[in-house]
Amino acid sequence: MIELWNTYGIWTAWTLLYIVLIVGGVMFSVAYLTYAERKVLGGMQRRQGPMTVGPFGLLQPIADGIKLFSKETIIPSQAHRVVFLLAPMMLFALSLVAWAVIPFDKGWVLANINVGILYLFAISSMGVYGIIMAGWASNSRYAFLGGLRSASQMVSYEVSMGLIIVCVLLCTGSLNMQEIVLAPRPIWMQVLLFPMFIVFLVSILAETNRTPFDLPEGESEITGGFMVEYSAMTYALFFLGEYANMILMSAMAVILFLGGWLPLPLLGFLTFVPGIVWFALKTAGVLFFFLWSRATLPRFRYDQLMRLGWKIFLPLTLAWVVIVSGTLLSLDALPGQKEKANLLAPVERSVESLIEGGEEILRAIESVGDEIVGDEAVDEE
Amino acid sequence: MIVQAFAFYLFAGILTVSALMVITARNPVHSVLFLVLAFFNAAGLFVMLGAEFIALILVIVYVGAVAVLFLFVVMMLDINFSDMRKGAMQYVPIGMVIGAVLLTELVMLYGTWQFVPGREQNIADPVAAFAGQNNTEALGQLIYTNYIFAFQTAGLILFVAMIGAIVLTHRTRAGVRKQAVSDQQARNPADVLEIQKITPKTGV
Repeated sequence: MIELWNTYGIWTAWTLLYIVLIVGGVMFSVAYLTYAERKVLGGMQRRQGPMTVGPFGLLQPIADGIKLFSKETIIPSQAHRVVFLLAPMMLFALSLVAWAVIPFDKGWVLANINVGILYLFAISSMGVYGIIMAGWASNSRYAFLGGLRSASQMVSYEVSMGLIIVCVLLCTGSLNMQEIVLAPRPIWMQVLLFPMFIVFLVSILAETNRTPFDLPEGESEITGGFMVEYSAMTYALFFLGEYANMILMSAMAVILFLGGWLPLPLLGFLTFVPGIVWFALKTAGVLFFFLWSRATLPRFRYDQLMRLGWKIFLPLTLAWVVIVSGTLLSLDALPGQKEKANLLAPVERSVESLIEGGEEILRAIESVGDEIVGDEAVDEE
Repeated sequence: MIVQAFAFYLFAGILTVSALMVITARNPVHSVLFLVLAFFNAAGLFVMLGAEFIALILVIVYVGAVAVLFLFVVMMLDINFSDMRKGAMQYVPIGMVIGAVLLTELVMLYGTWQFVPGREQNIADPVAAFAGQNNTEALGQLIYTNYIFAFQTAGLILFVAMIGAIVLTHRTRAGVRKQAVSDQQARNPADVLEIQKITPKTGV
């Protein structure tokens, strides 16, 4: 038992501590993201935003949280109870689980796994279940419509997001999040990846159901979509999950395109600033883009949303995968490449194997022919 | 080791139970959700084998895409399942016969199965041949270098299947109004607008 404690117990205790730290940090950020959203929206609409609770309204998110806690949870009598309650929990849990592989600074990562980016992609692709389950279990038409809209939207934009990630991975040569950040990126590579950064920003707006792609909620048409039957804590879990997902996607954009915890270029003299500060600042920058677009853009029409995803982003990103890999190959800049690439090597190999196969067939024909000739010779005798 | 064994039996147990629930659950949506749980636990088992790449691909492809489509279809179908179950009992004998045939085949196959020499070593260290490489690199080496032609052939077959599915399901319906974005954007005010000066009391 002591041995078991020594091998696993201490490790478990430390891991639990890290998890509490990360979850606490994410929840704190979510609370103040809602505050920032209201302040930014207010500023862009020449209002003041929350300002009565605490100095500058800084305690507003806490007051909101207490209000949601103290409300009554209502479960519609026609709802499928278990799935109805499972859906918000799942969405919330998934939005937190994904943080396990995010490196906040060099070595500051809970699970430094080899396939970190795939893990992140897998978790974010599971997020759709919470929404689709909520839409179905509510047994309400508005909720169902919202769930269907959201599911098809997320599935559509995930495809192009996957291809964008492939573009970045081609340049970095690793699926590990830290190695993605630390991989050398010359200027031409940044320029090559810049269009993908733009497409990625738009895709994460669609993936997190934010304006201008917030059709699943669409309060003016389907009165809040999949969340329409939820109240109190179940609603709060959806809300927290959505905002945690926004922060997560921003962090993903920072890691893939903006250099994670590294200081910005031309500001190299600021290396004494801890990496986590850079990371937080960059993430906040991407988050500001979320809020900014909410204050600026009207909502898309649904067929336009689908057209953008399938007919514009998908071909564009697919073409970009080819362009990036072709450029890397022709510039001999593939990560992990030691010698000059021989572009004709595959052709040579296939020609060689074709020749070998042909020779083998010829030999087989000859041997069969010998046998036949041999038989005939026997017959003649 | 005890923790590994515990994790294995946890994953395997939940996997088996949820696989059973997939075929026994009364509600088809619950079936699909149990299927997702089964996929997830299978991914856990892959991780325990050291195949983290395959585990995550399983989650991305099957949980993230295939099961979502299943769920979509099942949710949209409006079927009365008590009606469907009415005549189900009459198919039990033929089902049992097919099951018995398959079981016999499996047993016979397993009885005559020849194992590779040194398979214990392979199980203990699946990527021994690719020492020093991680999972993803080892798989890439196998798929894109050693077995490139087999891989390309598989891709070609999938491609043909995709084209076949599109051709079979595609139909052009008459009378559907579609938005041609390029036409709309190519419209020129000079071509479609006519400015007329109208003097009062004369009309156009």
